[in-house]
Amino acid sequence: MTSTPVPPSGESVAHGEGQHASHNLTGFIIFLCSESVIFLAFFSGYAILRLSALDWLPAGVDGLEWRMPLINTVVLVSSSLTMVVAEHFKGKEKIWLFRGFWLLTMAMGAYFLYGQAVEWSGLTFGFTSGTFGGTFYLLTGFHGLHVLTGILLMGLMLAKSFVPGNYNGGEEGVKATSLFWHFVDVIWIILFVLLYVWRA
Amino acid sequence: MTSTALSPEPPATWRRYFGFSTDAKVIGIQYIVVAFFFFLVGGLLAMIIRGELITPASDLVDRTVYNGLYTMHGTIMLFLFIFPVLNGLNNLLIPTMIGAPDMAFPRLNTAAFWLVPVFGILLIASFFVPSGPATSGWWSYPPVSLQNPLGQLINGEFLWVLAVALSGVSSIMGAVNFVTTILRMRAPGMGFFRMPVFCWTALAAQSLQLIGLPALTGGAVMLLLDLSVGTSFYRPEGGGDPVLYQHFFWFYSHPAVYVIILPVFGIFSELFPVYSRKPLFGYVYVCLASFIIVGLGLIVWVHHMFPSGVTQWMRNLFMVTTMLIAVPTGVKVFAWLGTLWRGKIRLTTPMLFCLGGLFNFVFAGITGVMLATVPIDIHVSNTYFVVGHFHYVIYGAAVMGIFAAIYHWFPKFTGRMPYEGLGKLHFLLTFVGANLNFLPMHPLGLMGMPRRVSSYDPEFAFWNVLASLGAFLLGVSIIPFLLNMISSWARGPRAPHNPWSAIGLEWLLPSPPAEDNFGEHVPTVISRPYGYGSGEPLVEHQAEIERALTLQEANR
Repeated sequence: MTSTPVPPSGESVAHGEGQHASHNLTGFIIFLCSESVIFLAFFSGYAILRLSALDWLPAGVDGLEWRMPLINTVVLVSSSLTMVVAEHFKGKEKIWLFRGFWLLTMAMGAYFLYGQAVEWSGLTFGFTSGTFGGTFYLLTGFHGLHVLTGILLMGLMLAKSFVPGNYNGGEEGVKATSLFWHFVDVIWIILFVLLYVWRA
Repeated sequence: MTSTALSPEPPATWRRYFGFSTDAKVIGIQYIVVAFFFFLVGGLLAMIIRGELITPASDLVDRTVYNGLYTMHGTIMLFLFIFPVLNGLNNLLIPTMIGAPDMAFPRLNTAAFWLVPVFGILLIASFFVPSGPATSGWWSYPPVSLQNPLGQLINGEFLWVLAVALSGVSSIMGAVNFVTTILRMRAPGMGFFRMPVFCWTALAAQSLQLIGLPALTGGAVMLLLDLSVGTSFYRPEGGGDPVLYQHFFWFYSHPAVYVIILPVFGIFSELFPVYSRKPLFGYVYVCLASFIIVGLGLIVWVHHMFPSGVTQWMRNLFMVTTMLIAVPTGVKVFAWLGTLWRGKIRLTTPMLFCLGGLFNFVFAGITGVMLATVPIDIHVSNTYFVVGHFHYVIYGAAVMGIFAAIYHWFPKFTGRMPYEGLGKLHFLLTFVGANLNFLPMHPLGLMGMPRRVSSYDPEFAFWNVLASLGAFLLGVSIIPFLLNMISSWARGPRAPHNPWSAIGLEWLLPSPPAEDNFGEHVPTVISRPYGYGSGEPLVEHQAEIERALTLQEANR
């Protein structure tokens, strides 16, 4: 509350956001904890529906192809590592290396979304194909939205890194984005196990 | 403490209450006023419902309209009255009680508030779509809620789910803000065990929001998809499970009761010491009990589903956890009685509302333990016994506690004193009206009258007439309240900084406080709250601060 510099005077900072920049990360972590409960709700809904189903797979569907999603998983998990590397370089103030690895992380996230889209377009069942189709598209779609949000946040942070002298406030944004990305990553691992590894 | 720190007048005029302010004190009052607007709407629906039920025949409104009336009554009262009014109190009280200049995220706070009128309008708009408002009760269970006879995309149920989901977004934004503010912005010297109990209960309640609400949001998204897209999460014909929705709904909506009642426990804990001039009995235990209630409150939801085909071991387990909640709650009731014991009791309006609320709460607690018992619950499930029980909790205890808080802190945030005579009349009408309205529902339920019906067997007529008379009395009771609020804010006597001789940081601010509360002169807290009778100061330089405030009041 006292460590951050006093923001320039003006209308908007009369009882300002800028004064409490260090609260942003606290608030964001609290939000992430809350957000994880939505996934928990969807996961438990999926498990309950699947365990109580008489015929889990709709007629004509043999289950899910797992090779392509596995490649996707490897890419997404590695993107968490490249992000850690990016943050490491930021800590050493090697700004161009930070930008490079940050951009690589974004590209890997984008590849994941592309892979997801390819997988979706090759499927023979739809959103309304019983609880199997419903939960599959709900889980992957909701997670995909989070991946997209993560990529957009990263783009925003990348743009901010070009504003000179910006890393007084940008610091926390980078931390928050990275937390969010790891969160999205962990959720995907659980999702992968539930959807592709779990065989009846 | 210089005189510049205490700005003599609030910075702007009444106009700031109509704009996008980021000042928590303005937003707090905006929340409360909007909430009471919807309280009147929901109350009007209740008057029509009780008007229908004064005779056994279904003769006042059409049966389908009746289904819409009770659905909207419940939804409006919970999502548009109780939660917003409590968030209003949180906005007013949390920053001033902990000595913060504002909330941690003022703009997020503004956005959270302005979502309330948005989803309020969405919900009210459902009265005007061709199929009418949602008619499946405030819990919106499938398969009833999935019926869409006219086949329109925009129907009452659709708007209902949308409004509830937006209400969830608004509440999550609020909860992130309140929790961050309490964790990070307390005055120097204010450790957790020097924090007022209201802040403890707000922290507990908002933690519950953060854990529970996303489950309801997830469940509501799936309901919306079933309704509009044609998925079958809850449709048995597609392999779905309607009971799954009940789990999602009650995983949040049972803790929601604690989100409502915990801050009211906080209000009781603040007010009983002030009006009996004694420290709060067992302060530490009262604080900790709030979090025990949070923990237990998350593992009791299946007690709403005893007749929904859950297995026997689950019934037994959730019966026991539900009964265990009576323990931390009992600790609190005991602490309040210990505070009142041999105190110098002043029967002011806020104190009367607190005592009445406590009385009603204990009654609701007893019927609550009855309902937790599986055999009794199955016998009275979906009868008026349940309706009576939760109206005692929500109106008898929570709304009366909220009225107590409004009368108690009104002078602080408006700078005017409310009238005692009108306040006491309001209390009398409310207390008699609530008991006359809700007590007869218990014998009705035990006799077997189901809830959500517009016609009933003539043998139930006697108790229904009594209940309706009580409801009309409650309707009348709001008149002295509104008169009091409007007239005393317009030209009530000027309020000093501490009219009730209360101890707390908020009473060391002028009435009304400056926009940034203490500004840069936040006092250092040196003792526990509620030091009544000890003469110990709460903060450093307390005498100087109070002298400056008194001097300032003498000069205005």
